[in-house]
Amino acid sequence: MEFTTGDLKALFGAFSQRMAAERDRLCALDGVIGDADHGIAMEQGMKAAADAAQAAEGTLQDIFNAAAKGFLNAVGASSGPLYATALLRAGKAAGPRASMPSGELRAVIAAMRDGIVQRGKAEPGQKTMLDTWAPAADAAVNGQSADAIAAAARHGAEATRDMIATVGRASRLGERSLGHPDPGAVSASMLVEEICNAIKTA
Amino acid sequence: MSLTQKLINDGNAAVDEMLVGIMAAHPDHLWRPDNVPRAVVARHGPRTGKVALVIGGGSGHEPTFLGYVGKGLADAAAIGNVFASPPPQPAVDAAIAASGGAGVLFMYGNYAGDVMNFDMAAELLEMEGIEARTVLTTDDIASAPREQRQKRRGVAGNVFIFKAAGAAADMMMPLDEVERIARHANDRTFTMGVALSSCSLPQTRRPSFDLPVGEMEIGMGIHGEPGVRRGPLRSANDVADEIMDAILAEMKAPAGARVAVLVNSLGATPLMELYILNARVAERLKAAGLVVHKTLVGPYCTSLDMAGASITIMHLDDELQRMIDHPCDCAMFRS
Repeated sequence: MEFTTGDLKALFGAFSQRMAAERDRLCALDGVIGDADHGIAMEQGMKAAADAAQAAEGTLQDIFNAAAKGFLNAVGASSGPLYATALLRAGKAAGPRASMPSGELRAVIAAMRDGIVQRGKAEPGQKTMLDTWAPAADAAVNGQSADAIAAAARHGAEATRDMIATVGRASRLGERSLGHPDPGAVSASMLVEEICNAIKTA
Repeated sequence: MSLTQKLINDGNAAVDEMLVGIMAAHPDHLWRPDNVPRAVVARHGPRTGKVALVIGGGSGHEPTFLGYVGKGLADAAAIGNVFASPPPQPAVDAAIAASGGAGVLFMYGNYAGDVMNFDMAAELLEMEGIEARTVLTTDDIASAPREQRQKRRGVAGNVFIFKAAGAAADMMMPLDEVERIARHANDRTFTMGVALSSCSLPQTRRPSFDLPVGEMEIGMGIHGEPGVRRGPLRSANDVADEIMDAILAEMKAPAGARVAVLVNSLGATPLMELYILNARVAERLKAAGLVVHKTLVGPYCTSLDMAGASITIMHLDDELQRMIDHPCDCAMFRS
């Protein structure tokens, strides 16, 4: 099965719709341990990414790059530089091609993890979005099924509930961050799930 | 849950509509580069040979940040969405518009998002051949222990810290000196706040956190980040005492030392309550043998419609006093 530039534009559309639908839930999660704006940043960022992807012409990489720029300029925040870097790395992984085998979306997930590590300099276990992207990328690199990758992401996000934040805004809370999932990890697991849907259907 | 009441048109357009209103009100102080709606530049101030002080951060803290753009203070500001760092591009555009060829100093509160975006902006400026350095503000003593000062948040103390750096730049000091004075000012500025009710974002119009009636949160951040502890609401004097105890313990100023004071509203708390707090602050400073050189009372660094206040004390020396006394003329602050 081939994953085309049209499929990639549709994937960004799915990201955008998912973040819009989950906006208030993500904001409420962020309100407990942060500043209550994570859902807004993800909704605005993915809408701008989807619009930029839709308008972009060229290869898979061109569309990823346009989406990265769109996301970054729309939101800033923490998620802007992190996802912009992730999407640029994803574009490099997909390369200047009109399509690729849909199984190669696994390499895209791994590349996004690498971009987030490069920009955010966090490590797994610090209660961030990386706690979703890292296990998802590990599952992807090991060639696991789309469902298994999505499950790894979900479990990763859920595990942040039992972590104490040591980087980012929630780190000032110390032990008071315990018992609450990290909103960035939760939104990340939604994005991984959308990519996994694309692995299955493209 | 019912939505909070706000005078807005469209939550997503709130920042841009506010900026239109600000530009209409302050054309003598501020301008925006063409096609860069999220950067504001001082009309007077930037000039050849002068270090450009560029500040910035999320919206919702007005008059922080853009209200402090003007001659003698900041040369430009990059403006983000509500409580969200601006992306790199407005910071780059603000720096280019304000640059006088003597380098750029970025100053902003220490938050992960701001650091990533402004660092990307500094990398982009480097490619344009403009040297950009960064001084983060970390004055919120409730946000991390003393030995982790570099992890603390920047809050209302920004006003004094930016003021010191802006004065140094306006005196045409070189980038090394402006940076040194900015760090020195940050090291000697201490803030702690208390929240009495939640703020709500214009996009959601729901309380950002749950703070029951009758309770307060000591040490809450200016975005509603939870503080060090929650407890029953107490009197102005008790709250001022708790904050002053913490600040004085950390500041360790000898008797006779001079200080600058800022009693700041987080948005909804009125001047009456701020002055009641200040009465106790002045009493405590006097009892500690400290001399109040300057006092600011009012909404200087807000958190949308949050009720609550913060107290900032800057421990002056001759150099910092000269910087604080240097005149400035900004859209929302003159001194």
